Amino acid sequence: MRKVAVIGVGNSKFGARSDISFAELAFEAFKPSIEDAGISPKDIEFVAVGSAGAGVWCEEFLPAVVSAEYCGLTGAGLVRCEAACASGSAAFATAYWAVASGQAEIALALGVEKMREIDTPTIMEWIGRAGCYLWEFHNFGVTFPAYYALYATAHMARFGTTEEDLALVAVKNHKYASMNPIAHFQSKITVDDVLSSTVVAAPLKLLDCCPVSDGAASIILASEEKVKELRIDTPVWVAGIGYASGTANISRRLDYVGLEATVSASRIAYKMAKVTPDQLDVAVVHDCFTIAEIMAYEDLGFCKKGEGAKLIREGQTEIGGKIPVNVDGGLKAKGHPVGATGCSMIYELTKQLREEAVEKGRQAPMKNYVALAHNVGGTGHYCYVTILRR
Amino acid sequence: MINVTAAPSIKSREIRVVQDIPISKTLPFWEGLKQGKIRATKCKGCGKIYFPPVADCPQCLTSNMEWVDLGNEATIETFTHVVVRPTTFQHEKPYTVAIGRLKEGVRVLAWLTGFKHSEIKVGMKATLVAKITSEGNPTYEFTRLE
Repeated sequence: MRKVAVIGVGNSKFGARSDISFAELAFEAFKPSIEDAGISPKDIEFVAVGSAGAGVWCEEFLPAVVSAEYCGLTGAGLVRCEAACASGSAAFATAYWAVASGQAEIALALGVEKMREIDTPTIMEWIGRAGCYLWEFHNFGVTFPAYYALYATAHMARFGTTEEDLALVAVKNHKYASMNPIAHFQSKITVDDVLSSTVVAAPLKLLDCCPVSDGAASIILASEEKVKELRIDTPVWVAGIGYASGTANISRRLDYVGLEATVSASRIAYKMAKVTPDQLDVAVVHDCFTIAEIMAYEDLGFCKKGEGAKLIREGQTEIGGKIPVNVDGGLKAKGHPVGATGCSMIYELTKQLREEAVEKGRQAPMKNYVALAHNVGGTGHYCYVTILRR
Repeated sequence: MINVTAAPSIKSREIRVVQDIPISKTLPFWEGLKQGKIRATKCKGCGKIYFPPVADCPQCLTSNMEWVDLGNEATIETFTHVVVRPTTFQHEKPYTVAIGRLKEGVRVLAWLTGFKHSEIKVGMKATLVAKITSEGNPTYEFTRLE
C-alpha cells in the first residue's frame, strides 16, 4: 500500500435545498474541489459516490452515474457506496483503496444526498426501516430517534448522564455552526431551548436531533507521485482508516451504552496511524443525536466509558479544551445529508489541518497536525474512522 | 405539472410499493403467535438460541435448527416513548418501545404496554405475550406481570 493524500476538497451549502437538483448539488461541491486540487475532471480515474437513499427520497435510482455525467466524469471507473449514514466515508475509503493499491493515481470520493424532496413522516419511515425491517420496524415502528433514545435511556440509567448533559452537546454544536456559513443551522441555542423543544422519542427532543439536510461534499485523493508532480502545497495525508460493523438487529447488541463498531474501527485506525487519542488536535464525530456524541467520546477513547458527560460539562470538547470536537457544527447543526456527511467530515478536517479558510473562532489550535473523523452508519451498523495528518 | 408556489419544481410520477416478505422458514414462529407462544430457534450444533429466530446458524453455518418455546419473564434493559411517528404509524397513539432480556439469554425488542410512563424503569420486570394487532398482524409485546 502506498501513501495517499487529500489534494482537493469542496462542500456545498447544507440545508433545505429546494433550489437545486441532485446532480446540480453534486456539482456545487465538485467544482471547488477540482479547483482546489488544480486538476481537470479528465485526470480522475476512479469515482466512488456515497449515497444512502437516492431512489427512495430522491428520484434518481443511480446517483453515481447521474452525478458523474453532470460533473464531466463519464468514462472513469464508478461505484455507488452504501453504508447508511457512513456512505460518504465508505466512498472515501473506496477511493483511498483505489489509489493506495496503485490502481489509480487520482480518485474522487463524492458524497451527495438530497433528502428533502419527500415529506418528513416518510423520511422517518425510510430511516426507521434502516436496520432490520421485519423484526424491528414492521410491527414496532422504531424510528431513528427512537433507536438512539434506547441508547440514551440506558446510558442515563447506567452512568447518570442527564438530559441537560445531552443539551450541552447541541448548544456547543449550534455555537460552532453559527460561525460556519455552509451549516444548515445558523443560530445559537440554549440548554433551555433544547429541554423545552418537542419530544421526538423520549428522552430525545427535537433539538437533540440532527436535521434532515440536502448537501454534497467532494474529496480528491492522489498518490505521493502525483502530489509531487502537481506540486501540491499542503497535502493532507491519510494516516489511518479503520472500519467495523454491528448487528442488524439492535436486540443482538452487547449493550446500549456504546457502539462496539466505533471501538473496533477506531482501534484499527489508531494502530494504522500510530497515534493515540491524546495526540489528536481536533475531531469530528458522528453526532446524529446528542447522545451519539457523548458515546463517541467514550468509544473513541477521549475519556473512559461513562465519563462522556463529564467531558462536555467541563468544556473539554470546545476549542481551548482537551480535544475540540465538531467545531464545524457537527451533524447536529451543520446538518446531515447522510451520504455526504463522511466526505464533509474530511472537508472540514482538511481545512482545519491546512489552517486556512476556516472562520475565525472555529480554527482548532494545531500541535501535532493530526485529526480524526468518526462516521457511523445506522445505529452502529457500520463505522468508519479516518485519521488525517498534515 | 409545474409547481410555482414554492421553489419551482416538477412532481415525480407516483408509485405504491408493497413487498411480499417470505416467512416459510420461520412459519412455526408466526403460527406460534396465534397459539399464544413465542418461539426461538436453537442450533443443534452449537446450542445457541436465536431471537429473532433464524433458519440458519451464523455461528456454525448449519441449518440444523430446532424450535424452542421462550418463557414470558423479561427484564427491561432500555426503552423509549415514540411520539413523532413515521408515515405507516400515523394512526397509532404514541407508543413505548422496549428491549427486554429473557431467562434464555436472548433479547426481544417490542412495544411495552399497560404501564404509566412514570412506572417504567430500566431493570423492571415485564411479561412477554403474543397478540394479534388491530391490523390483524400476529405480534408480541411486553406488558404488566399477570
